Order: sequence, then structure tokens, then C-alpha cells
Amino acid sequence: MSDDVLRMTMHEAAGLLREGKVSSVELTQAAFDRIRAVDERLNAFITESEEVARAQAARADEMIAAGHENPLTGVPAAIKDAIVTKGVRTTAGSHILEPFMPVYDANVITLLNEAGFVMVGKTNMDEFAMGSSGENSAYGPTHNPWALDRVPGGSSAGSAAAVASGMAYWALGSDTGGSVRQPGALSGVVGLKPTYGRVSRFGLIAFGSTLDQIGTLTRSVRDSATVLQAIAGHDQRDSTSAPVEVPDYGATIDKGVKGLRVGVPREYFIEGMDGDVREAVEKAIAQLESLGAEIDTDVSLPSTGHAVSVYYIIAPSEASANLARYDGVKYGFSYDEGGSMWADMEGTRQRGFGEEVKRRIMIGTYALSSGYYDAYYLKAQKVRTLIRREFDAAFEKHDVLVAPVSPTPAFKIGEKIGDPLQMYLNDVCTIPVSIAGLPGISVPCGFATADDGARLPIGLQIIARPFDEATMFQAAHAYEQSTAWHDEFPPL
Amino acid sequence: MSLTPDEVRHIARLARLGITEEDVERFSGQLSSILDYFEELQQLDTDDVPPTAYTLDLHNVMRSDETAPCTDPDDVLANAPAQENGYFRVRAVLEE
Repeated sequence: MSDDVLRMTMHEAAGLLREGKVSSVELTQAAFDRIRAVDERLNAFITESEEVARAQAARADEMIAAGHENPLTGVPAAIKDAIVTKGVRTTAGSHILEPFMPVYDANVITLLNEAGFVMVGKTNMDEFAMGSSGENSAYGPTHNPWALDRVPGGSSAGSAAAVASGMAYWALGSDTGGSVRQPGALSGVVGLKPTYGRVSRFGLIAFGSTLDQIGTLTRSVRDSATVLQAIAGHDQRDSTSAPVEVPDYGATIDKGVKGLRVGVPREYFIEGMDGDVREAVEKAIAQLESLGAEIDTDVSLPSTGHAVSVYYIIAPSEASANLARYDGVKYGFSYDEGGSMWADMEGTRQRGFGEEVKRRIMIGTYALSSGYYDAYYLKAQKVRTLIRREFDAAFEKHDVLVAPVSPTPAFKIGEKIGDPLQMYLNDVCTIPVSIAGLPGISVPCGFATADDGARLPIGLQIIARPFDEATMFQAAHAYEQSTAWHDEFPPL
Repeated sequence: MSLTPDEVRHIARLARLGITEEDVERFSGQLSSILDYFEELQQLDTDDVPPTAYTLDLHNVMRSDETAPCTDPDDVLANAPAQENGYFRVRAVLEE
């Protein structure tokens, strides 16, 4: 099968399937051929699920033959290893879950199975989704398909790299502080974080429970909308999944941006931001204006600069509680040579968790401990209110906000890993949206040229009101279709 | 804000996290600089601001009280590192 098939969007591949020009079994074989050809260099997968995929593909071909297909049916996809899959090992990128075999499916997997999807494997990630580079995986770093010595972004590193390099047509990721949008931007694909509560978290391995949300990595905005359509909606098994109606995204995605009120918050154009990133994002804003959007650059979200502190108090605090469950008793890696119950538990966690996870458990434990709670956790929750209020005020005058996704393009593997605070500060443009629970999408908007000559993707972030993904897709799709950035494919 | 090695050991103990002396040294430096960075929040006046625990306006979420099959006990124990007679096996909590 030619490379052209690998470069298609999910909708294009679904068209071939529907017309009988290719079968799902053949498309799945092509995906595994591609994995064999490039994943040794990328390390995007922790576990390949070839047997499962072949059975799903055969079933998808039957669904298509019977006329019961939808755009997801039979098109190979990849799933972040933070989402539990019955009978397929799920590690969350951690050594502590290395032997873990889920006994049930996440709600999103149940829904996708009903749609006839094909899962080629579970993708590499920063351990428990804690990281912005993919380097914190117990299974080795994932490499950026555009420059193998650079990070693909994180924490949904493998999902972004798999979609960008043609190993899967789309993927699920999870976004707690930017973990879908940022790897989307750094790897040159579309990354969507839905509104908090839009997608059930049942079966998503918990990191920061008031922030975590399952999102998508795709090659087009339309694919993103279609996958969200399939996985969104209320689920009784997640009490934070919202009983809010899911509109038909396909019905409004082509409406264009004429008259759309677009705000550009100035605080996102930070000092020290890469010149190529600034230029690409400014050009994208001008492009939206030429398409008929009303651009307002006089927008301020003054608390933006405090978001990194708020996030790195709240997320580790929640993580320190969530990760208490890994005690070596119920599942996963277990150390049993400590000589006592407590020594075994401490030994299990010492050997099972990687350094960044330990660091965050320590920060969270400290922030929640007696005498420090008011100064850290409560203070962060109060500033969280300020950040959300500022967004609410901005959305009284604007339909969407646009900003960069990351202040820099992909950095080199190893460049920032030694300085955790510098790594955290890199999340400045994605974190506020997570804190406020808003939907955000990253769309390819150009390329930067690095000092070493590498050509690196840049992303434009579009942010919308809670549960208004429809308007966000409308703006993102209009921009994407008026440019050719999404047609670029990494030279591998 | 500077964390002493003893404070680092104390936090690790609270989190039931075994750490080496090398970890203690590295973490006290790194955690101190991260906590120093957080100090910038103190400049904000938040006396009259209520905290946001999470962003949805949902409270006391209930589901209908209907009987349904529960997870198979064999499945519950399927990943257990050690089990005995249908229970998770743990080391003695009270030492002799």
C-alpha cells in the first residue's frame, strides 16, 4: 500500500473503506507495517495490540459490508496508555503498573468499540501523565517525528507521534495541564481538550481529578469533532461527567468565522517566546481576520501569570492523593523484601515510581500537610476562582480566544529534564484553560527553523466557553481549511 | 522557603515513599526552588475570593439505586501480587 494512504485523515480513510477500495484488515496491516518501519526510531508504543486489532478490523469489515458503519469504523487508532483496556496491558508509563492487565474497559473504549474502531496499540507517555516532553516514561522517551533528537511534547507523547508519523489515523490522549494540546502543537497535529466534564473519566487512570480530561489527536479538525462526538456525553459511572447535551458538531463545523468575535489575550505573548512562534501565531490571527473574523487584541487576562503556580500546587496535591492507591497490595509491582508492611509499601513506591512522580507526590503531600494547607492548596483554589472569572468576563465580549500553545517549538531530548521548574514554566500557555475547565484546541499554524536547521511545527490555540466546542471547531476548521499546514508530513 | 533534609524525609514518610540519601539531597534543592516560585501567589489579595474546588456547577450527584451485577471477585483479584482464599494477602500490620 502506498504512503498516500498513511497520510490521509480518518474521514478520507473512512471514505475508501465505505467505497470498498480498501478493507479495514488491509488498512490495519498497513498501520502495522508502518509501525514496524518507524517505531524503532520513535518509541511511540508501549504495547502493540495486533491480535485485538485484527479481530476488530474483521468485525469492522462486516459492519461496513452491512452498511452499519460510521467514520470511525475500521480506521486504525491508538490509545494513550493511561486509558484502561480490558485484556490489553495498561501501564500509564509507569514501572509500578508494568504487569497490570485491566479487567474492564474505560467508558470511552466501550463507546469506541460500539463504533467499530480498531486499536493498534497503547501509546507511550510521561509516567502518570506527569510531564511535558514524554521523557518521564519508564519505557524510554518518545522521539519527535520531525526531528528525532527532540521531544514530541507530552504527556500524550506517543499518541501525538503515532498520528504525526502515519502509524495511526487518530489517537486518544489525556490533558491535565496541556498534555494533548502541547504535543499536538510540537508534533504538528490537531490536539483537542474538551470541556472538563464533557467526556467520562471512567477508566482514565487518575492524575489530577479536577483537571483530567480525555482528548483527541487527529490529522484534521473534522476528525477531532467526529471522535469527540463518539466519546462525549454523560456517564453515570463518572459523577463529574456533565449531564449536558452534546450537539451535532458536523452540523456547524462549516459555518466559517464571518462575524465571529475573536479575542487575543496579551498575557500569552510572553517575554522569551520564540520569534518564529510569535510570527506564526500573529499570521494565523491575521488569517482569521481575512476570513471575516472580528479580531480584538485589547484583551487582558491579568492572572495568567499565576496559573503555573496554581497548577503545580493543585495537580500534585490531587496526584498525591490519587497515587496513594499504589501500595503493592491490590495490583501492579510489589516489593516484598522490606521485612515489614510499611517497609514493603515504601519499597514498592520507591522502586515503582520514577523521579518526576516522586517529586510531585512530595510537592502535593507538603502542600496538603497540616500548617501549609491554607498557604498553598487553599490559596491556589482562590486564585483558580480569579482565573476562571477573568475568562468568563472575556467570553462576555468574545466567542473564542486565540493564543500560542507553547512559547517554543520542540526542544531537544535532555535539554530541560534536569531543571523541573523550567520544564513547568513551559506549560504557561496551556495551563490556564485547564484550571478554568474550558475547551481548547491546538491547530498546526506553521513551522519554526531551529538553530540546528530542524523544521519544527507550531500550534495555534483556540479556546472557547465551557461546553461550546462547536464554536471552537468552527473557528479551527475555517482556519485549517484556509491553510496547507495540515498537509505537511514528517520526513521519516 | 528552604526545605531541610529532615523536612524532606518527613514528607516522604507522610507519603510512604522510600527515598535514598541522594534523593533527599536532590529533592531538598529542587523542592525548595519550586516552593520559592509559589511564593509569588502571596502578592495576590484573595481575602474575599471563594475557593474553586472544581469548575462544574454539580453538587451531590446521585444515581438511581438499582441493583446490577458487580465485578466478578476473580477479576477483582486477577492483578493481586498475592492472594489467599479469595482475599488480598497482606503482610502483618501489627508486628510481633
